[in-house]
Amino acid sequence: MDLQTLSIIAVGLTFVLYIAIAIWARAGSTSEFYVAGKGIHPTLNGMATAADWMSAASFISMAGIIAFAGYAGGAYLMGWTGGYVLMALLLAPYLRKFGKFTVPEFIGDRFYSTTARTVAVVCLLVISLTYVIGQMRGVGIAFANILNLSVEIGLYVGMAIVFVYAVLGGMKGITYTQIAQYVIMIFAYSVPAIFISLQITGSFLPQIGLGGNIAGSDTHMLHALDQTMVDLGFGPYTDRVAMGRWNMFLLTLSLMIGTAGLPHVIVRFFTVPKMSDARSSAGWALIFIALLYTVAPAVGAMAIFNLANTVHPGVEQGQPVADPESNLPIDQQPEWMTRWAQTGLLAVDDLNGDGRIQWYNDKNATYVAEVAEPAGWAGNELTVNNDIMVLANPEIAALPNWVAALVAAGGIAAALSTAAGLLLAISSSVSHDLLKGIFMPTISERSELRAARISMGVAIVVAGYLGLNPPGFAAQVVALAFGLAAASLFPTLMMGIFSKRINKEGAITGMLVGLITTMVYIFLYKGWFFIPGTNPLPDDASGWILGINPLGFGVIGALLNFATAYVVAGMTKPTPAAIQDLVENVRVPRQA
Amino acid sequence: MTTPTKDRSEYWRKNIGIITWCLVVWALVSLGAGILFAPMLNGFSIGGYPLGFWFAQQGSIYIFIILIFYYAWRMNRLDREFDVHEE
Repeated sequence: MDLQTLSIIAVGLTFVLYIAIAIWARAGSTSEFYVAGKGIHPTLNGMATAADWMSAASFISMAGIIAFAGYAGGAYLMGWTGGYVLMALLLAPYLRKFGKFTVPEFIGDRFYSTTARTVAVVCLLVISLTYVIGQMRGVGIAFANILNLSVEIGLYVGMAIVFVYAVLGGMKGITYTQIAQYVIMIFAYSVPAIFISLQITGSFLPQIGLGGNIAGSDTHMLHALDQTMVDLGFGPYTDRVAMGRWNMFLLTLSLMIGTAGLPHVIVRFFTVPKMSDARSSAGWALIFIALLYTVAPAVGAMAIFNLANTVHPGVEQGQPVADPESNLPIDQQPEWMTRWAQTGLLAVDDLNGDGRIQWYNDKNATYVAEVAEPAGWAGNELTVNNDIMVLANPEIAALPNWVAALVAAGGIAAALSTAAGLLLAISSSVSHDLLKGIFMPTISERSELRAARISMGVAIVVAGYLGLNPPGFAAQVVALAFGLAAASLFPTLMMGIFSKRINKEGAITGMLVGLITTMVYIFLYKGWFFIPGTNPLPDDASGWILGINPLGFGVIGALLNFATAYVVAGMTKPTPAAIQDLVENVRVPRQA
Repeated sequence: MTTPTKDRSEYWRKNIGIITWCLVVWALVSLGAGILFAPMLNGFSIGGYPLGFWFAQQGSIYIFIILIFYYAWRMNRLDREFDVHEE
């Protein structure tokens, strides 16, 4: 059977499974709709959290991002996992003990203010809406690249599926679907990774293979990769920090804090029965995430090693790269290269007309002057999209078609599971925080459940519309989401638990200062509201204040939030006694 | 019956102590070994991994998992000690 038919069957089967789960796990009350009735086992919640968290970007793009960044790609690996330590130690157990339905609800009660709650809703909506655009787009793109259907069809199908299980089942339906999606996703990611690792290093486990020898030789894979990358002008793989060490530090810390402050991940910990379950469940989540996150750097390194040796076959044998025999003739490209060239994810352009491919770092002036120009090269001739590193793996490793079909189902599962989690965060803050909490406090349970379903439906349509007509800034917005989560929600939640001194005035000004400074700093370099050409300062190291890359600004915004809150709280009325009792109460699992 | 205030603040003081130690390790392995000291650590290796590179792309993640489960286990013990655990 051909690849497309197989892929459509694989994806279709997973959709049938999701709909079956939706019918089985219908929500009958608001508690089931918002927090799955608080009855999810901590291990299963860990699995659902892993699927909720790992998006299309983690599944399809991360290995490629690491492959091209080299060592500094570790910022994403450490940032996106280290946040779970913060969440498990500083937020999740206490917010679970608080025992209500949404993140803004905690902020509103703890800071005894509907203004605080509204500001938190605004932060949540900005964070989750910007994030969900990328996911809806991810569903469409996965369809387009893997199944050869149009992005629009993919998006409509994805919306329809999410509509069925999210509107019917709310958090309960989403949880069980996410568990299924996790299993599909991790299986789809591991199978090709294991084969690539076996092929290149002879080791079954990619995590061992990355630190092992090249199959059939006694050279370390990473050592050979370092050498090859130096030969091509990119610099040593295991020690390359293009962004600079200071920005790697800031980016890692900002991603950690941002991860811990993402509302759609925090609410997953509201679904477990007890406070102690919230602690261990975060550990389970990280185990399930690590199954992908420790494999991704191996997939990235091995795929780029394989690519370098395919395009420059002589280099591995120690021939100088400038020797024409070291470069692959264009008419001898392997089949996977010509196939992916049709999708536009890979492009070959014979700039110097020698009939061979030269892939090198043409931004490296020394290398260009010393190696490339003397050899008659006229610029880099191969461009490769990040996503290839995962999508083309099954073909590179010459695996049967069903593996590629599995990767298609896995990529779509990754995008759908994250989209559903985000949509739930959005719709529950509309129906529970805005409607029930602020505008119609007397609404009955049944009407609220209906309102929750309607707002879920509306959220899906809005997200789908934005996915079809992405604002020009779609690529930038995920960085914005992490920066805002780090600067606005995380510090406020943490202070709400750990400091009784922080009152409503402190919390509100702190959140606003964190939110606004981070947005402004990003806009200064990326353009006001991401409109190209409106940035007052150039977006490179020469224009950055103190050399701070806007992507790593979240941690600075968080510090400003903390500082503002403490200063303002010190100058205004202390927290009322009843609120101090509330804080005491969330700090212990049970009164003795 | 409510918890005596002294007990409650002692429980919280101990919790803060455990959190602090865990976060020190958290920062040392990732921001420290994975970034700031990585060039120095790359002089050593673990299998074919330069050590600093290993911390940045593998080791930190394993240690994060251990930290969360250690904290969960330690807090369960503390909850029992102060008789505030949930049934």
